[in-house]
Amino acid sequence: MALFEVLFKRTSTFALTVAVGAFVFERSFDALTTTIFDRINEGKQWKDIKKNYEQ
Amino acid sequence: MAACMRRICGSGLLKSNHGIVLQQVNKFSSSSSWTRSQKALCTTAGILTGGAAALWYTLDRSVQAADLILHPPENHWPHSGLLSTFDHASLRRGYEVYKQVCAACHSMQYIRFRELIGVTHTEDEVKAEAAECMVEDGPDDAGNMFKRPGKPADSFPSPYPNENAARAANNGAYPPDLSYITAARHGGEDYVFALLTGYSEAPAGVTLQEGQHYNPYFMGGAIGMAQAIYNESAEFGDGTPASASQIAKDVSAFLRWCSEPEHDERKKTGFKALLMLTVFTAISIYWKRHVWSSLKSEKILYVPRKKL
Repeated sequence: MALFEVLFKRTSTFALTVAVGAFVFERSFDALTTTIFDRINEGKQWKDIKKNYEQ
Repeated sequence: MAACMRRICGSGLLKSNHGIVLQQVNKFSSSSSWTRSQKALCTTAGILTGGAAALWYTLDRSVQAADLILHPPENHWPHSGLLSTFDHASLRRGYEVYKQVCAACHSMQYIRFRELIGVTHTEDEVKAEAAECMVEDGPDDAGNMFKRPGKPADSFPSPYPNENAARAANNGAYPPDLSYITAARHGGEDYVFALLTGYSEAPAGVTLQEGQHYNPYFMGGAIGMAQAIYNESAEFGDGTPASASQIAKDVSAFLRWCSEPEHDERKKTGFKALLMLTVFTAISIYWKRHVWSSLKSEKILYVPRKKL
């Protein structure tokens, strides 16, 4: 109930919680999926072979 | 969870509300008010439509079986998997093959040099590649067209100025533009690979005209293009042995990238979307069970009123 009292009870803090929560979730979800995707495709993407061609 | 749901949906969701649900469900069903003949008509129409679709499908299959063409076998590509990106080292070799071999006859006018940046080449390399070819530009102040070194925003240079010139130089056969060729042919990159490596002697009974070659993967078998890919017919900058199959594989993958440059990003976005939709599916199942819970745990009886 502490969560409700602090964050969800007032509309202002509730809206703020939604906005901040969405940002934090999106960033962490993106980081997580990118890590998994890069691990599956290790050595195949441009960022893996870029170092061979840059001075 | 319940606190959030209450906040979002109001208290109505948490109350026992089977009466409302029953009315809503009844409203969603459009067939409850239909007469018997209306229902029969709808059923017949459905069966006829389905039957016609099935008939069309079977007839279409039988027509395809009559094609005089060898369908290319499906190969396992580095980008075959649901979550697999292109092998970009292979794409880079494929560009080298295109430049050294294919570009002699085939145009690729819908691909710009700048599109290679961050895919197969660095920006400096692309600027150097583009500057190698001369591009017609203009008109200048005097109204004349002039030649200048290429820039990254220019498309790949075409070997012939127009289609007629291409036909005249190739025995009447037009070398197709390769920009979207894997999207334009059944089998995609499998077809390109099979075609490039599939040249053979014409079997008995097949007569070829002057300047034609035999390839079973080409529609009709007689193709204007001579075999272009042999061992060592291209050179790779990264030292990979240039066998014929290696060359064909790399250039096929490169042509697939040209047809579908968004490929890697598409698979990554699809992965994210499917993960999110899984979560949303779980939430909607929870919600449905929550809304229906009061109704599912009750027994509803219909007791007709006794006539007086």
